[in-house]
Amino acid sequence: MKNPLARKSWSPFVVGACIGVLSWFAFLTADHPLGITTAFEHSAALLIGLSAPQAVATHAYFQQHDPKIGWEWMLVVGVFIGALISAATAGDRTSLVVPSLWKWRFGESVWRRLAAAFFGGGLMMFGARLANGCTSGHGISGSLQLAASSWLFSVIFFGTSIATAFALFGREGRRHV
Amino acid sequence: MFDPIWKLILGLGTGIVFGILLQKGGVAKFRVILGQFLFTDWTVVKVMGTAICVGGVGIYAMLPTEAVELHVKPLIWGGVVAGGLCFGIGMATFGYCPGTGVAACGEGRRDAMMGVLGMLIGAGVYVALYPTIKPWLRQFGDAGSVTLPDLTGTSPWWWLAAIVVAAGFLFIRSHRSGTTKPATTKSGAPKRV
Repeated sequence: MKNPLARKSWSPFVVGACIGVLSWFAFLTADHPLGITTAFEHSAALLIGLSAPQAVATHAYFQQHDPKIGWEWMLVVGVFIGALISAATAGDRTSLVVPSLWKWRFGESVWRRLAAAFFGGGLMMFGARLANGCTSGHGISGSLQLAASSWLFSVIFFGTSIATAFALFGREGRRHV
Repeated sequence: MFDPIWKLILGLGTGIVFGILLQKGGVAKFRVILGQFLFTDWTVVKVMGTAICVGGVGIYAMLPTEAVELHVKPLIWGGVVAGGLCFGIGMATFGYCPGTGVAACGEGRRDAMMGVLGMLIGAGVYVALYPTIKPWLRQFGDAGSVTLPDLTGTSPWWWLAAIVVAAGFLFIRSHRSGTTKPATTKSGAPKRV
């Protein structure tokens, strides 16, 4: 039988079911829902703390939070390693900078794409910390617990992303995805 | 500053499995994420919907045994609404979500690497502005850590049943139209990454 890791993709339903089971595992073993963005907040806070130790003493964030390298921080490292293993085993690695849909709409400029990714990623993370979660923490982990905050967040972000995608790429963009 | 070592290793192992799943699910790809928002590719909804079904039924089934506890995030109205708007605009521009952005770095995608750097800066801006932002967000009220069954006074199993039926419908429809592997078949051309 062929190694399943060598296949480029699995059925989205199989993947979804496995993520569901993985979230049982996370609740059972670490008493923690799957989430990504708290680790980024803590990393940024630790870096700020290192570069400006005197500011930390009076800053409200550091009085109310205890940033640390914990389970969730290692989860993020693991996601990187897991995706690397998966893509390398299947020959699905790429050094792509400008995806084809983006190229069709905004041209081949590498710097334009990187700038959009930088600011898009930054705004996305800022929003995730305002709301206390992301596609994993709210979208999957929160929704499966039937949390009111998570369903509201998911509806708002999905709707906003749809509107933004159509504003950026238009109906014509659908033929170039 | 550090969790105990067993917890770090547990987190790493859980993350590696999560990373493999995100990569195999095809959701670490720009065209799959944007394809969902432009309604040409339903992979994201299928993955998330199935995860919510399986995860939710399992967690709620285990609740009475006290093997698991719920971790419901508070409904701070200002934070959830403003956060959802920023997140939505950012994600459609970036083309990955936080988890799949990290997975896309593992796949080698350069734009994702730049976006993850942006994510770290975005988190830093939040931490720096925290003393101003937090009180501002809270002025719109905090409904607490409530679930939809709490709010409506209904059994969680009605909600879970509805979600399972919706996902089942999606599954049947998807298999009838023969698009079981939309991550690659929709575009048809493997070179289009």
